[in-house]
Amino acid sequence: MWLTRPFNERSTQIFLLILTVAVIAVTVLHLAVPAGHPLYVSGYTVGLLGKYLTYALLAVAVDLVWGYLGILSLGHGAFFAIGGYAMGMYLMRQIGDRGTYGDPILPDFMVFLNWDSLPWFWYGFDMAWFAFAMVLIAPGLLALVFGWLAFRSRVTGVYLSIITQAMTFALMLAFFRNEMGFGGNNGLTDFRELLGFDLRSGATRLGLFIASGVALALGYVVCRSIVGSKLGRVCVATRDAEARTRFLGYRVERFQLFVFVVSAMLAGVAGALYVPQVGIINPSEFDPIFSIEIVLWVALGGRASLYGAVIGAVLVNYAKTVFTGVMPDAWLFALGGLFVFVTVFLPQGVAGLLGHLKRRRDDEPSDSETPDKEATA
Amino acid sequence: MSFFQALTERDRVFDFMTPQASTVDVRHGPILYMEDVTVSFDGFKAINKLNLTIDDGELRCIIGPNGAGKTTMMDIITGKTRPNEGSVWFGSRHNLLHMNEPEIASLGIGRKFQKPTVFEALSVFENLELAMAADKRIIPTLTARLTGEVKDRIDEVLETIGLTALRYQPAGILSHGQKQWLEIGMLLMQRPRLLLVDEPVAGMTEQEMERTAELLTGLAGKQSVVVVEHDMGFVRSIARQVTVLHQGSVLAEGTMDQVSSDPSVVEVYLGADDEEAA
Repeated sequence: MWLTRPFNERSTQIFLLILTVAVIAVTVLHLAVPAGHPLYVSGYTVGLLGKYLTYALLAVAVDLVWGYLGILSLGHGAFFAIGGYAMGMYLMRQIGDRGTYGDPILPDFMVFLNWDSLPWFWYGFDMAWFAFAMVLIAPGLLALVFGWLAFRSRVTGVYLSIITQAMTFALMLAFFRNEMGFGGNNGLTDFRELLGFDLRSGATRLGLFIASGVALALGYVVCRSIVGSKLGRVCVATRDAEARTRFLGYRVERFQLFVFVVSAMLAGVAGALYVPQVGIINPSEFDPIFSIEIVLWVALGGRASLYGAVIGAVLVNYAKTVFTGVMPDAWLFALGGLFVFVTVFLPQGVAGLLGHLKRRRDDEPSDSETPDKEATA
Repeated sequence: MSFFQALTERDRVFDFMTPQASTVDVRHGPILYMEDVTVSFDGFKAINKLNLTIDDGELRCIIGPNGAGKTTMMDIITGKTRPNEGSVWFGSRHNLLHMNEPEIASLGIGRKFQKPTVFEALSVFENLELAMAADKRIIPTLTARLTGEVKDRIDEVLETIGLTALRYQPAGILSHGQKQWLEIGMLLMQRPRLLLVDEPVAGMTEQEMERTAELLTGLAGKQSVVVVEHDMGFVRSIARQVTVLHQGSVLAEGTMDQVSSDPSVVEVYLGADDEEAA
């Protein structure tokens, strides 16, 4: 079975082990260590780490299309945000009549706008299964239509990057409008419950953190199984020599579309887990700057290595948290400086550095790489 | 005859009902048969009443000065260019003029371009794996497994092109000559009946040329091979049959010795070439 293939890979085993240990460690340190102890992990930190994990999943999704397929998407924030909105709509409907205006059906902002009925696209979002399906379907559908138009016309390279950017910018402007029915520039907020669990309780926060860890692990395995398959090799071939791949008989645009849609769905899941943890979704998530920042995480961590994307996302966002706390004005300079540093000294990112160290250590004994590859090939 | 009249013809079988023969019929000898082919680009006749027959299993070298129509000829065979007149048959069953590029490729005509394009980030083995004739849709590709049969086939081709020792190396580190062989290997993975090879030894060292000559002569017999080449020394070393093209038609045909002693050939090509080389 192709989905189980990644479990035989050393790198995937190590990644899953580290992720599992980290999630368990945080859980234990949060629950078992008394508050005030130096090792205690506060509820605030758990929420923060959960947010990092959703960013990591988003970075993995971007790395799948950029690192392996060569499509530099500068609009992946849009898929993340749409997944987030799908979750946000569900959470809004869960509020019920406990909103400020007490309307049993309409969310507060609709009452405020004097709407008397629910727009058609809000139907069904009171049911969890429907909303969760939409978390996958809505970003996937957007990626399908957008990708079909772009890849069919053989739009690639810089041009594709620009139109993905335009897509997310257009969506941002659209979602800012109150008439769209997604809460305008305030977005969706004031959430209370998810599947009956109180979103303000520490236990729910911890649960969301663990769910984010599981989602990251699953997303990683899905991406690894794609990348490690023959389809993954077709993607790399497409990235490096598209015309040649087409000449070999592969319908390149269909492969691009398939991987693009999978990536968009993963980004949607990341967004859906992000929203209940930060408590709000608004159109600023569509901001092109955010999409560019995701690409920076991947570049820092190491393009075309999925664990590198995870490292990059966590490192940059941790640095961001620290910097914006200590000296908020310096953050963008620090990010720019970091990016220059990595481009000059670590062109392969952090993952490239790790791989380099590993090779240097492996060079001492005999070449252990070859039989390993044969086993996984 | 209108479409409806065609429908009422009771004695005729609809085209789509007739079984499509997939195997190439070479019982009569030739695998490729070009007759009176003419191509003109804006009045300029790149190919002018060309007649060419390649036998099954033959190794044929095509030479000719620049602009003789060698590349255009390959374009016609692979379906990239449509001739204005003439007929092109693959075996005695397939009319290549009625087929498009992918159909012709899947029929078993492989073409190697001048500049080698291999997938540099992938290993030699993986390059061959991707080139293999297989179901190339998405889901079959995603779930494809490396069966013993596939491995054997790749090993066999690796052996033929002499890259067995480099199988797990990324193709990017190969030398120019090795890339050319890998490219030929990628064609062989598709089990072609006819290989069209465009200038295989351009930019190669002496040893690499020798190795390429061995490779191509070794392929002949199993496949038919058509080599277009400028390097006369190389052609002399591999050719049994040589065709000289000039201004879009065949000037001379025969063994290298026959051809090179033909006065008209000496005039248009060999003489001029020698002078240039001198």
